[in-house]
Amino acid sequence: MKKLSQNVFAYVNERFKLQGLFDFAKHKKVPEHEYSFWYYFGGIALFLSGIQVATGIMLMLYYTPSIDAAHESVQFIMSQVKFGWLIRSVHSWTANILIGILFVHMFSAYFLKAYRKPRELTWITGFFLLILFMAFGFSGYLLPWNELSYFATRVGTDIAGSLPLIGKWLKSVILGGTSVSQATLSRFFWFHVALLPLAAFFVIVIHVLLVQILGMSVPLKLKGKKVKEISFFPDFLYKDALGWTLILVLVGVVCVFLPWEVGKKADPFAATPIGIKPEWYFTFMFTTLKFIPARVLFIEGEQLAILGFMIGGLFWMLAPFIDSRAAQEKRSPVFTWIGLAVALYIAVMTILTYTFPKL
Amino acid sequence: MMKKPLLLAAFVGLLCFPLLSYAQKNSCVECHTGLEAKLKAPVESLKQDIHQQFGLSCKDCHGGDPAKDEVNKAKDKTFKGAPKRSQIPEFCAKCHSDAAYMRSFNPGLRVDQLSQYWTSKHGQLLKTGDGKAAVCTDCHGVHGIQSAKYPKSLTFPWNIPQTCGRCHADASYMAGYKIPTNQLAEYKESVHARALFEKKDLSAPTCNDCHGNHGAFPPEVKSIASVCRQCHPSTGDLFSRSPHKKAFDEMGVSECEACHGSHKIERPTSDMLGTGEKSVCVQCHEAGSLGYKAADELKNLFDGFQAQFQKNADILALAEKKGVEVSEPKFRLQDLNTTLVSAKNLVHGLALEEIRKKIAEGDQTLADIDTEGIKALGEAKFRRRGLIIATAFLALFGIALFLKIRQMQKPGHSPGSD
Repeated sequence: MKKLSQNVFAYVNERFKLQGLFDFAKHKKVPEHEYSFWYYFGGIALFLSGIQVATGIMLMLYYTPSIDAAHESVQFIMSQVKFGWLIRSVHSWTANILIGILFVHMFSAYFLKAYRKPRELTWITGFFLLILFMAFGFSGYLLPWNELSYFATRVGTDIAGSLPLIGKWLKSVILGGTSVSQATLSRFFWFHVALLPLAAFFVIVIHVLLVQILGMSVPLKLKGKKVKEISFFPDFLYKDALGWTLILVLVGVVCVFLPWEVGKKADPFAATPIGIKPEWYFTFMFTTLKFIPARVLFIEGEQLAILGFMIGGLFWMLAPFIDSRAAQEKRSPVFTWIGLAVALYIAVMTILTYTFPKL
Repeated sequence: MMKKPLLLAAFVGLLCFPLLSYAQKNSCVECHTGLEAKLKAPVESLKQDIHQQFGLSCKDCHGGDPAKDEVNKAKDKTFKGAPKRSQIPEFCAKCHSDAAYMRSFNPGLRVDQLSQYWTSKHGQLLKTGDGKAAVCTDCHGVHGIQSAKYPKSLTFPWNIPQTCGRCHADASYMAGYKIPTNQLAEYKESVHARALFEKKDLSAPTCNDCHGNHGAFPPEVKSIASVCRQCHPSTGDLFSRSPHKKAFDEMGVSECEACHGSHKIERPTSDMLGTGEKSVCVQCHEAGSLGYKAADELKNLFDGFQAQFQKNADILALAEKKGVEVSEPKFRLQDLNTTLVSAKNLVHGLALEEIRKKIAEGDQTLADIDTEGIKALGEAKFRRRGLIIATAFLALFGIALFLKIRQMQKPGHSPGSD
């Protein structure tokens, strides 16, 4: 048996020259210290992305991207297709857990100043991945064509439409017209299964490649201290696999006890239901728009908020270049405080969305 | 060339402006605004009045010359003042019975209100000199009259019961008429009131739909069935073909009201059938008679169906709670409500065979849904078992990994040695 596997490996290796990759993995070292717990979130995110691809491909077998059949096809998947309920629930739940994990991964990298030179591009590609996965969420949310997703998309695209200068154009590009229609569903489906996966694949490859080339960053706090190192393969990977196993158990439990609901079919002529909200990861922006006064000085409140988020996002993306102290391997408490303020703002606004009456 | 006539027209217009504003002067409003509350009230109410919205003003009803400032001159020979109660119907009808005049405001509006009114109980009483009998203003208001299409109007469907009840639910006001005053209270408990007030169904019947509005009169025994048939024609047809029709006619019993009541028409349940306390059949059918036995059979049929329906609903709700998608059988179950309603309707025709057939059809679907419900519960169990097995495997795998990691962390273990 051992001989057979050796022969198979030798055959493949002779053609694909894999030995170099194995040698690299075996000799690659990963620092291990009191903060290395946070390293594993990147691996979990990658693992969940794999689950997304696998379950997404399976869902495409039965899903029909038409406003007359989308909801029915999802209902069919959930009730008639063998294990369809599991595949769809895993897809939807892991999508949400994945975005949560990405937020944790991003904030942990931020607070540990892992973005500092020479890992600026790792940070920027990571930032783009978060945006891409949020876009995955936004486009995927509409696909079951149910009441909640339909109206949440209407609210979401209305927000995009209020962007200064490009708002109207952007809204019509997203919607494929003036309202949420068949054109929107086709577009969102295309975004979700073609454009975004392609973009995400390339950015993930660059991100992972950068992590492999540059290695994991050691926090500034540990500078000058002797840091233990473990091999990437198999030591680090074992620990990674333990994290994946735990996540898999969590996903299994939520899918069995709380399978992702199908909801009521969207009725474009119905009145917008009270309390309609976007997906949880957009709610901090949504609630800000609800709370901001209609007019602030000379500018419309909604436009000001959107402008604020755009500038904030730009600052966040360019943090490695702005945080000059971290670039010089010095502590930068100002950026830590800014990060804390941002995390607190997102948390408070998200909680308010679900607790503030009549929002 | 064209400029000169235009300039001239503008100049004349400018000169006429004060005259125009003088012509629009309304001394009635000017004076009444400064009077005591009772006399000032019409000015305030008139702001919401439909007549005002159509460009009519005080003088169109009360005459006089509102262009004059002095009271004596304003109240000229044409001034009519407030009409007496007994004069009000004719007072309003002066315009409302004039088809040519009303056409200019609303060509679709009826102009037979006065003639209808004189056929009503209210009109008949007024003719006998009863000053308490309702006149136009009692139902429509005086100066704040609004279109019946306006939700705040006294004659908007969901305000009508209260409008009629202002007199008919007032025991002291109605004392001399020897009629009950509980109609409003009873109506509020009816299935019609629930549809009107809770579901906001404006087509649900209210007082005027059964009694008429301007020609309001209590329906006679003979006509009650015709009144109900306005909304329940198929039920009426079934009843007309049933053996009950002849029997009711011979006994002089009103058709629908005998079993369903008048103002307090409750949601019909199977308790109305059978031979129990709430049964309406036992009013006429004696124990042991054919009708008595049929009543029992009908109740059993419906009770059995409803019990199975509820059992299925409970199973599906449980399966749904356990996370199994059951919207399709739920929809089919909901559809069986139509079967039940139509079977219940057939009771009015007393065609037992037809009812049995209808219920049997429903029973078959109920049995199918029951099977699906039980299958859904089985699926829920299967999922939980599957989760336990998968979790057990994952836990084993996790423990193995954990032990391996611990082994690797022991001193003396060289990194990457595995």
